[in-house]
Amino acid sequence: MAAVLQAKQDALALRIAGLDLPNSGWSASARADALTRLSAMGLPGKRDEYWRYTDPSSLTAVDPTPAAPFVYSDEKMVFTDIDRLRLVFVDGVFDAAQSDDPTLAGVEISRLSGTGDPHWARDMYGVLETRGQTPVQRPLAALNTAFATDGLMIRATGRAAKPISLIYLHNSESSDAILHHCIKIEAGAELTILENGPAAARLNMVMEIDIAEGGSFHHIRTQGRDHDRRAVTHLFARLGTESRFKSFTLTANGRLTRNEAIIEFTGNDAVAHVAGAAVGDGKFHHDDTVFVTHDAQRCESRQVFKKVLKNGAVGVFQGKILVKQGAQKTDGYQISQALMLDDDSQFLAKPELEIYADDVICSHGSTSGAIDDNALFYLQSRGVPKRVAQSLLVLAFLAEAIAEIEDEALADDIRIRMENWLARHEGK
Amino acid sequence: MLYIKNLHVKLEEEDKVILKGVDLKIAPGTVHAIMGPNGSGKSTLSYVLSGKGGYVVTEGSALLEGAELLEMEPEARAAAGLFLAFQYPVEIPGVGNMTFLRTAVNAQRKARGEDELSAGEFLKVVREKAKALKIDAEMLKRPVNVGFSGGEKKRNEILQMAMLEPKMCILDETDSGLDVDAMKLVADGVNALRSTGRSFLVITHYQRLLDHIKPDFVHIMSDGRIIKTGGPELALDVEQNGYADILAEVV
Repeated sequence: MAAVLQAKQDALALRIAGLDLPNSGWSASARADALTRLSAMGLPGKRDEYWRYTDPSSLTAVDPTPAAPFVYSDEKMVFTDIDRLRLVFVDGVFDAAQSDDPTLAGVEISRLSGTGDPHWARDMYGVLETRGQTPVQRPLAALNTAFATDGLMIRATGRAAKPISLIYLHNSESSDAILHHCIKIEAGAELTILENGPAAARLNMVMEIDIAEGGSFHHIRTQGRDHDRRAVTHLFARLGTESRFKSFTLTANGRLTRNEAIIEFTGNDAVAHVAGAAVGDGKFHHDDTVFVTHDAQRCESRQVFKKVLKNGAVGVFQGKILVKQGAQKTDGYQISQALMLDDDSQFLAKPELEIYADDVICSHGSTSGAIDDNALFYLQSRGVPKRVAQSLLVLAFLAEAIAEIEDEALADDIRIRMENWLARHEGK
Repeated sequence: MLYIKNLHVKLEEEDKVILKGVDLKIAPGTVHAIMGPNGSGKSTLSYVLSGKGGYVVTEGSALLEGAELLEMEPEARAAAGLFLAFQYPVEIPGVGNMTFLRTAVNAQRKARGEDELSAGEFLKVVREKAKALKIDAEMLKRPVNVGFSGGEKKRNEILQMAMLEPKMCILDETDSGLDVDAMKLVADGVNALRSTGRSFLVITHYQRLLDHIKPDFVHIMSDGRIIKTGGPELALDVEQNGYADILAEVV
């Protein structure tokens, strides 16, 4: 064991040798603490149980593997027609010139690397990440807290007038971005965050979301079309009484993606839904790892993850619902499904329930299968061409995940992306 | 309208011959019924005509208005005017019934070089036709056939038929699983579609459907062949005496 840990710590020493730990500013002590946590853990290795299905080497390597930026030619970027506050990052660096003026009624926005001192963020930065380190270690999130170079501190005090849209452009083939956002939803406040784009050749992103009583947070994300980009992301959310959290992620393409969501209920009667639709063709490895902790009564959690895989693409799902003692009347649901469009693809799923309360409803399911030939024939027999019928059935398969997007305009925008992806990847 | 000549069909996966030389000529505007014992090949005939996989045609042809159906993809057969009302309509979770209907109607219009219907036009037509079949707005919104009762599924088949306006309609045991009232409703829906340019092939076990949808010809199928053809009285004969006498007579 000691040798294994030593190897992980050696890997860490190499990884952070060239990184700069800011030792001043309001986040300095939180970063120092994160480095202490991280040093004790080292970096994740292939033999870690939590990384059994996804090889972390390219995420932990000193240098990112180069990835060519995707060139948009034929298509408008996602969310283009949505009324939103646009905040742009290029290769992981905030770009004020390309962004809207960062002021929005009901919201305070400041930059992690800025000169101001958002007092509330001082008490939040790294806090949920730290809580999320038990019972499972998440070293890449600690690395993020210690070394993040940019990110936004966003505090909603009322109902935000429009969504905040974080746009992550990727220009440099070898960019390596570490972004850390903190989102605080005050009591009764409401905010929608949109994210889109690959951000960099390699991205390590943490978003901490603290939702106070009656607050509501909605998150819709697409992760960019670059074929070779790699990303590890962590959402850490804590839900107060009667609060709501909804997150949906669309992943199309990307060589390697590990999306973790760590959600904790600390107040009663709260609702958290986390969903993802991933579509991969060829060299595509997508990992959804979710950990939901119920530590309050009458809370509802839903995990809905769907993957469409072809030409050797790999999908991974690790989802856990932990219901602590006293978390009575918990309603937990988890579904992970893969639609395999050929025999070469792979889906690996590890659903887990751990329950210490006696009056709860928890269910989970995991399936993988091919397109239903009977449904396909039924559609064709009504005159629907085979490729259209296939797209219709794939979209139908993804529908349960997309249904987690509450706003119809946003859901339609996501549906269009899916249809376009299917059209580009049909029959190959 | 439909001209089936010496059709031989076997299963793809095993060496089992199902149809052993079916001959059938259906003129425009006529209604033909096929009856026959279980396993005689009635449903196979309907599947082979509409292009379902899993069957191999070893001999023969099936012409729809002179065009060879057996060489077409299922969607092309539909666009050419063929429609199969399924014995077991397929449930498709996640696809709304309305979306399905509209996709189908417009795909066929497109295949025939016609303009697609606008959302407004489509809605108007579908509402009118659904009303006649007592299909409510809720059923149109739900995913295709998901959670539908047996009767609702069959009514939904007839609604699709009404929307697609095919020339050659095959009804595969549309009466199975229906109570008397539901059968009447479905039969009324079919009768409303009868016209000089449209033909029907009604596959059924029971004569009672034929009380409502009056056939011009009745065929008895057995062991992969049509062994006897007559008028509506043949169906009555089967209802009263079963197949035994007819089978004995032929052999």
